[in-house]
Amino acid sequence: MELEELVRTLEAKAPRYRVDIVEMIAAAGSGHPGGSLSLIDLISTLYHHALRQRPDEPLWLDRDRLVLSKGHGVPAQYAVMADLGYFPREMLWTLRQLGSPLQGHPCRTWLPGIEASTGSLGQGLSVAQGIALAGKLDKSAWRVYCVMGDGETQEGQVWEAALSAAKFKLDNLTVILDFNKLQIDGFTRDVMNLEPLADKWRAFGWHVITIDGHNYRQIIAALDQARQVQGRPTYIIAHTIKGKGVSFMEERASWHGVAPTRDEADRAIGELRARAGLPLTEAVR
Amino acid sequence: MINSSDSVTSGPETAAACAAAPPARATRDAFGETLQQLGSEHPQIVVLDADLSESTRSAMFAAAFPERFFQLGIQEANMLGTAAGLAATGKRVFCCSFSCFVTGRFDQIKVSVAYNDVPVTIVGTHSGCAVGPDGYTQMALEDIALLRTLPNMLVLQPADDLETVQMVEHLVTRHSGPAFLRLTRQKVPRLHDQRYRFVPGAVDRLRVGRELAICATGACVAGALEAAVRLEREGCSATVLNVPTLAPLDGASLAAALEGCDRVLSVEDHSVIGGLGSAICEALAERRPTHVRRVGLREFGESGATEALFSKHHLDGPGIYAEAKALLATRAG
Repeated sequence: MELEELVRTLEAKAPRYRVDIVEMIAAAGSGHPGGSLSLIDLISTLYHHALRQRPDEPLWLDRDRLVLSKGHGVPAQYAVMADLGYFPREMLWTLRQLGSPLQGHPCRTWLPGIEASTGSLGQGLSVAQGIALAGKLDKSAWRVYCVMGDGETQEGQVWEAALSAAKFKLDNLTVILDFNKLQIDGFTRDVMNLEPLADKWRAFGWHVITIDGHNYRQIIAALDQARQVQGRPTYIIAHTIKGKGVSFMEERASWHGVAPTRDEADRAIGELRARAGLPLTEAVR
Repeated sequence: MINSSDSVTSGPETAAACAAAPPARATRDAFGETLQQLGSEHPQIVVLDADLSESTRSAMFAAAFPERFFQLGIQEANMLGTAAGLAATGKRVFCCSFSCFVTGRFDQIKVSVAYNDVPVTIVGTHSGCAVGPDGYTQMALEDIALLRTLPNMLVLQPADDLETVQMVEHLVTRHSGPAFLRLTRQKVPRLHDQRYRFVPGAVDRLRVGRELAICATGACVAGALEAAVRLEREGCSATVLNVPTLAPLDGASLAAALEGCDRVLSVEDHSVIGGLGSAICEALAERRPTHVRRVGLREFGESGATEALFSKHHLDGPGIYAEAKALLATRAG
């Protein structure tokens, strides 16, 4: 797809995905809107630009793999997967309900297309590393993407993986950090400061790129650059806004893990639709 | 399912057979050798270690197949996640360390390995108090308890080298989910003959008796047999069961293998909380009244020679004999 056309597609899809995120979390009555809204542009660009995949054949051997280490952001992934045809769109409204493949945190055995069960923070990069090592071992062309949260970067295991992925020269592995700077208890800089983040990863031997995580052109360029890097993994620091797109959720730690009420969801959806020039009354269900 | 060894009716002969049997070996040695031997025929085997490859014997595989061996350094949590990722692509992954260190990363085992339902075998060597002089921090006394809480985790502990070989073959060729293989540092005598076949879930009945049953696992099975021989001399017959599959424990076959013995002694180099003894209590209590006496550790471990620790905690022949007598006395009274 031509760059301009791709950007237009992403721009057109973003508000719909955001509406779906708000709607499905509201329907579930629980979930994590803040971190889902901050990472949706990253996830959307990954699926629409970077990932080689076959939604109708989710276990296709040569697919690229995406590990969502910040598993609580999975509504964003579900929204894109439903749009691409991994599963029927109606399934979105079963999020977090008994028997639903759309578990509250992603689960590999419940939903084909999910590469790793995650949700205990800090573990995804290790799993992604294992998949990347297998790719090297089999001389497969697949690439592995790991989307991480900034809060979970405080886990020691993340730094273990930072050491080892560089040791193993995993240039088929790309981390995208959803750097929204908020975690449950407040700002990451107050809870457990991560800075200087880029310097840290560079010192660990990674190729580091810093971008605006809501700017599609920058996300696309970073992902393209990561594909060219040889002999080391790439770490993309994507500056994002928690709750992005919904004015009353933006940059509020209180929206980390709280579902909107019906009224709040309607307000949020109204805002998103108005900004995107979408009809305000279009049924989403 | 009772997988009676051919030695079932050859109790007294066991000692004689031992005289001609191969020298005692550590199960970790049998593990390392078998994995290396299986390496050529099974290219899907991948092995990870966390800076203990000489001790766990994974170095043998590493030497033969360096491209399929990954040295993770002192990073057990990262090793477990990496193992899960490799296994998610179809590799048969063996993830090796001292049992206490690798099973100490329980959240990684729970989420990355078990919940992903991938063929990762966690190999924990140097299990139990038998690791000895290094003291409690190096002892895995809780690993069986932890690992058997996970619904899809196959928990195996061999009693000798031959059983180890068969377990590793099973894990490579027939088991497609997560597993925990608990191994020992110390040498254990050969208890089985070549006709023995390890069957996962099956209880291995080494002797049949009437007065009580001694159920043991791993390095304690040899002592259980020794105790049974001594009891036999006093006219007291004891069933001896080797329990190589600790989870899932097949309660029906366990009950069948006990054949009317309502006095059961469990013996394990592990905490009495949550291990073999607990598993037996759970399985039997759901079926019938049974008097169970649990032998194992009831306190933190401490430094000492393996033999001294086994003696202190009644995990050797004389200790198990004494516990059996105590169990019989309790009932008589």
